[in-house]
Amino acid sequence: MSGTFIGMPAFPKAAHEAVRNVTLRANLRHATHTIRDKRAVAVAELDDWAELREAGKQIKDHTLHRLDHYLVQLEESVTAAGGTVHWAADAAEANRIVADLVKATGETEVVKVKSMATQEIGLNEALEAEGISAYETDLAELIVQLGEDRPSHILVPAIHRNRGEIRDIFRSEMGKWGRSAPEGLTDSPAELAEAARLHLREKFLRAKVGISGANFMVAETGTLVVVESEGNGRMCLTLPETLISVVGIEKVVPSWRDLEVFLQTLPRSSTAERMNPYTSMWTGTSDDDGPSAFHLVLLDNGRTDALADEVGRQALRCIRCSACLNVCPVYERAGGHAYGSVYPGPIGAILTPQLRGTESEIDASLPYASSLCGACYDVCPVAIDIPEVLVHLRERVADQGGRGHRLEKAAIKAAGWVLDNPGVLAVGERAAARTRRLHPRKLPGPGASRWTDSRDLPQMPAEPFRDWWKKNRT
Amino acid sequence: MTTPPAPSSRERILSRVRTALAEAPDTPSAPRGYLTTHTPDDPATVLDLLHENLADYRAHVHRAMERELPALIGGLLEDHGAVSVAVPPGLPAAWLSGTPVEQRHTPLTPYELDATDAVVTGCALAIAETGTIVLDGGPGQGPRSLTLVPDLHICVVRAADQIVASVPQAMPLLDPTRPLTWISGPSATSDIELDRVEGVHGPRTLHVVLLTTR
Ligand code: SF4
Repeated sequence: MSGTFIGMPAFPKAAHEAVRNVTLRANLRHATHTIRDKRAVAVAELDDWAELREAGKQIKDHTLHRLDHYLVQLEESVTAAGGTVHWAADAAEANRIVADLVKATGETEVVKVKSMATQEIGLNEALEAEGISAYETDLAELIVQLGEDRPSHILVPAIHRNRGEIRDIFRSEMGKWGRSAPEGLTDSPAELAEAARLHLREKFLRAKVGISGANFMVAETGTLVVVESEGNGRMCLTLPETLISVVGIEKVVPSWRDLEVFLQTLPRSSTAERMNPYTSMWTGTSDDDGPSAFHLVLLDNGRTDALADEVGRQALRCIRCSACLNVCPVYERAGGHAYGSVYPGPIGAILTPQLRGTESEIDASLPYASSLCGACYDVCPVAIDIPEVLVHLRERVADQGGRGHRLEKAAIKAAGWVLDNPGVLAVGERAAARTRRLHPRKLPGPGASRWTDSRDLPQMPAEPFRDWWKKNRT
Repeated sequence: MTTPPAPSSRERILSRVRTALAEAPDTPSAPRGYLTTHTPDDPATVLDLLHENLADYRAHVHRAMERELPALIGGLLEDHGAVSVAVPPGLPAAWLSGTPVEQRHTPLTPYELDATDAVVTGCALAIAETGTIVLDGGPGQGPRSLTLVPDLHICVVRAADQIVASVPQAMPLLDPTRPLTWISGPSATSDIELDRVEGVHGPRTLHVVLLTTR
């Protein structure tokens, strides 16, 4: 029996350590359970949830199927409203466009509102290489940035940090970036938030350039939408003179009215609120309100590859609510870092291999980072059939063969047979759990060993997911 | 012979999209089987729901008639220890007639706003089901930064004609070409162990006054 048996070969980066890290697991468990319980209540308030979900799914599907049309329409509307649209085929091009735009302002500092697209392309690092400092202003992103860490959750990126760790990071790091943490800072969340407020405010007030993503772009009107809670988004979107938004091409929706669907489903699915505290909407530039220059960078970076996949393209419907993370037994145990991408959890397991391809061992292994329990599909507000895409991608990985994929091929053979025989899977999982001390920590073979030399293999959990799921699912 | 210029990224992306969709079936426009409201069509019920949902998200909610407004606003500014208040263009002068607090008029730079204690505004509309007030920069609201930088925001909603029940009812009333800010409770974060803390960057205190006619 080996660690590859259940079909999670190189499920990357420290899944093994994550599972052993008691703090991390406790934080994750507390967070995911709290959010998902609250979410169920928020969703239950709307007795037309099923219809909203269907409408959200159909709107996104319709848009994806006519994406060329809606992108061109969006470009026209944004331009007519005083904005400038740029097209970036890949990360390097997007980074170059943004760096040039910042340089043209003569500034060397920018403030950023949390944006997964800019994380995906490594914008902060690219700007740093050009001598431009990019300050993350979301509290959790600030914690991550000061801690020289990576985000581990879409919605609560510092979910893996507890308050004591955050205090220590603030105390030791804030002064290096700007205003130091107040003397005698304790670990009370209110004091920590106040320290962040003071530290960041001096940056907001002097910022000349802001960088954002967007949750939605409306083709019909050219309107961009950012939903958030803290107000750092509003700061970045309104105080600077120049605003640069980097947005994936899949974020477009056809009409103004379409927002009424997503503004009902997104907050309830993500933070379990009826509505998030702040939503900003802007259309190009306006006189006397907000930035006088607005640039929209439309990002492909693998999205058209995903679009070309009949089964996989549904991943592009994702509105990044993170509900699927919070119900995923694999995510709960492994944590976000284990997915080796800015997109963790079930959505990451299907999106990342499509955006980046399945050539690398990390990406080839992601479709296996799931127990296929289906909980992610049930909660998804745009009804993405994540298990269906996972299975589809496993086939793709198995088909491509070649060096470095023998393990995956072997795994899928075993997994395929086992998954067709649920009884065997249950027995296998329990056996795997019982024998987990004996499992190898490294994968043998060229390619695979290069990957695992620096990482441990995930250890089998003490209890199979199915048993855990039965016991813990309410 | 000259080589044709390399296609721009715009052309490349659009052509990749078209190739990707070559085999894709046509999808019709989305069905809209969802409800336009979840609330009985009764002004009193809608007003109560707004009140309840605003309070649930830790806004302080008051009800007042027009003549009570100056005293109420004056009292709130005083309770907060405000010495200065930002005043958007078009705010009815009477609203601030009950307070000696220094009035600062737009345009205000970010630094000037940072040195201002409070702001009083009206709104474009309010949504009961979500406990949301929407500002669109119209008369009595000012630019977006005005309701962002000062620490106290007092917002007046006219109950008679500015409250809708639901998000779908709000959309057709809003003009997307204006900069819009939707506010549901004060600034909040749950990033530290999911403990909700009010106020990181926006106003930490939000008072909503529901202006009634009786
Ligand atoms: S896949 Fe669905 S549930 Fe997961 S983040 Fe995206 S929209 Fe939310």
